[in-house]
Amino acid sequence: MSLRIVVCVKYVPDATGDRHFAEDLTVDRDDVDGLLSELDEYAVEQALQIADEADDAEITVLTVGPEDAKDALRKALSMGADKAVHVEDDDLHGTDALGTSLVLAKAIEHVGYDLVISGMASTDGGMGVVPAMVAERLGVPQVTLLSEVAVADGKVTGRRDGDAASEQLEASLPAVVSVTDQSGEARYPSFKGIMAAKKKPVESLDLSDLGLEADEVGLDGAWTKVDEATERPARTAGTIVKDEGEGGKQLAEFLAGQKFI
Amino acid sequence: MAEVLVYVDHVDGAVRKPTLELLTLARRIGEPVAVHLGAGADAAAPVLAEYGAVKVLTADAPEFADYLVVPKVDALAAAYKAVSPAAVLVPSSAEGKEIAARLAVRIGSGIITDAVDLEAGDEGPVATQSVFAASYSTKSRVTTGTPVITVKPNSAAPEAAPAAGTVEQLAVSFGELSTGTKVVSRTPRESTGRPELTEAAIVVSGGRGVNGAENFPLIEALADSLGAAVGASRAAVDAGWYPHTNQVGQTGKAVSPQLYIAAGISGAIQHRAGMQTSKTIVAINKDAEAPIFELVDYGVVGDLFEVVPQLTDEVKSRKG
Ligand SMILES: Cc1cc2nc3c(=O)[nH]c(=O)nc-3n(C[C@H](O)[C@H](O)[C@H](O)COP(=O)(O)OP(=O)(O)OC[C@H]3O[C@@H](n4cnc5c(N)ncnc54)[C@H](O)[C@@H]3O)c2cc1C
Ligand SMILES: Cc1cc2nc3c(=O)[nH]c(=O)nc-3n(C[C@H](O)[C@H](O)[C@H](O)COP(=O)(O)OP(=O)(O)OC[C@H]3O[C@@H](n4cnc5c(N)ncnc54)[C@H](O)[C@@H]3O)c2cc1C
Repeated sequence: MSLRIVVCVKYVPDATGDRHFAEDLTVDRDDVDGLLSELDEYAVEQALQIADEADDAEITVLTVGPEDAKDALRKALSMGADKAVHVEDDDLHGTDALGTSLVLAKAIEHVGYDLVISGMASTDGGMGVVPAMVAERLGVPQVTLLSEVAVADGKVTGRRDGDAASEQLEASLPAVVSVTDQSGEARYPSFKGIMAAKKKPVESLDLSDLGLEADEVGLDGAWTKVDEATERPARTAGTIVKDEGEGGKQLAEFLAGQKFI
Repeated sequence: MAEVLVYVDHVDGAVRKPTLELLTLARRIGEPVAVHLGAGADAAAPVLAEYGAVKVLTADAPEFADYLVVPKVDALAAAYKAVSPAAVLVPSSAEGKEIAARLAVRIGSGIITDAVDLEAGDEGPVATQSVFAASYSTKSRVTTGTPVITVKPNSAAPEAAPAAGTVEQLAVSFGELSTGTKVVSRTPRESTGRPELTEAAIVVSGGRGVNGAENFPLIEALADSLGAAVGASRAAVDAGWYPHTNQVGQTGKAVSPQLYIAAGISGAIQHRAGMQTSKTIVAINKDAEAPIFELVDYGVVGDLFEVVPQLTDEVKSRKG
């Protein structure tokens, strides 16, 4: 039996660019280039490794996002995923975490799955909540924030490095997994991979395909509302001294002046 | 007055500071009711009462330790049913956010994560978030259901405000999903005796410039002279010089101390995302062009191997 893996990938504004909010207080996506959230590359990588270990596996990458989000899917396909699903609908603009998890869960069920793999957090919203929400909605175990993951005999096992302890976890499939950036460097797409990706199928779905109504998602359906977004004044550069042999002492003087010593 | 559920983060009944901050913030929007799960409620209850908990709901069961996240969601959902609160506050730890996430889905409520401030508003609690590597500050509300809000450490100074703190047993029935993810084994982290990174008033971090695990004691010595926690950049962590649990930044810990000292760290956006809300920022870097200097209140352009030990000696002698 083939192992069906769905990898959730998000298309995000480049964090090294100058990110802004648009007039409706959603992320201004025209402002900055978008890309596959770097933390989701780790999810794709682990999916590829798990698929390699399995007798037979199929990896579907899934994104919920605007037209350009196809770029994120292409990147994942060129890394080696087999096919892609793009949930794209004008009514999705402004969807919050609850809504995103709803759409993802419906799309995952539509695709069919044994294992869902996500990143630890997006690099824009950075909430780190979507995988747990998807698990709750699908009614399957969450095996999240793993720095090591393996699948065998219908079970997923992994290591979760928390603040207080490092835990070894185990759950039966189907399950939702999320992986951290400690799980292993993601591979670069090869030239062959990039060429092959062009021929791989990308299925587009809209809300009606998933049996969802417009008012369940988007800004109107959002369960949270941003009332204000204020750009912080850039920190004004403070005192900078060049060490001429007394740098440590001068710094101590500053710290004492601020009552830290 | 409306009740506000506060999820208690503790180690065997030793309540962690972020929870005291939550109790303090909760009082701005209602009467805090603390939810204490697992062992140690007897030790925790008086502390929770001292910081304003009118009630402490407790439950202990092996499920909380033996299975991941979901049993705690079952318990928090039971508390939610018992109280019908105006809001649910959870500390913004990795686990806290996951508990909050599932609870929000279950009770049909919007969620806001990583709030750095909280106030009462006409239409419910208003949360301030610091986003896009702290380049923006937003104010948001939950518009559907009971606001579920996770709050970052160091968002408020804990203020005592003694309340009744009546302890009540919470009846929890665990759902089928609660035993879905088994914790097969747990290796506790060794304590360093230093303050928790996310809770510390002062953090001293080292980066690639520290140039080797064997040099990190230099950073530790400075930290110890100031009673600070030790942080590291991802470059230092990836090189294996310091444990990942000490990483500061987007994929590490977000810290917001009174004082942040960065030694041998360039100040990449992902690092800044985790420290830019620090009150006072100090950097030591030999490259005058390093982006970290754009943020600093005080910067020393120099070799950390010269500056850091001199600073440590000076701090020690001033402290006597
Ligand atoms: C600065 C900022 C702050 C925000 N704050 C809030 C808030 O407080 N409350 C709220 O409800 N919403 C908030 N949002 C909106 C929220 O980020 C989006 O709804 C988002 O799609 C879900 O959250 P996340 O990006 O933080 O994902 P996370 O929970 O951080 O994502 C974890 C993983 O889930 C998967 N994933 C997430 N989104 C998608 C997607 N669209 N397609 C495929 N896979 C995905 C990825 O694998 C990702 O690595 C905020 C957005 C921004 C930009
Ligand atoms: C998705 C993603 C997530 C990331 N998450 C994080 C994160 O959470 N935290 C994080 O830190 N990074 C993170 N990064 C990595 C980040 O982009 C940088 O690569 C990293 O922060 C660089 O670490 P550094 O400043 O120590 O090293 P470098 O950028 O190499 O800087 C070293 C600095 O040390 C100085 N130096 C060298 N020798 C000396 C000396 N003797 N005395 C004084 N100064 C000296 C140099 O001038 C230089 O400025 C992430 C990256 C990605 C893509």
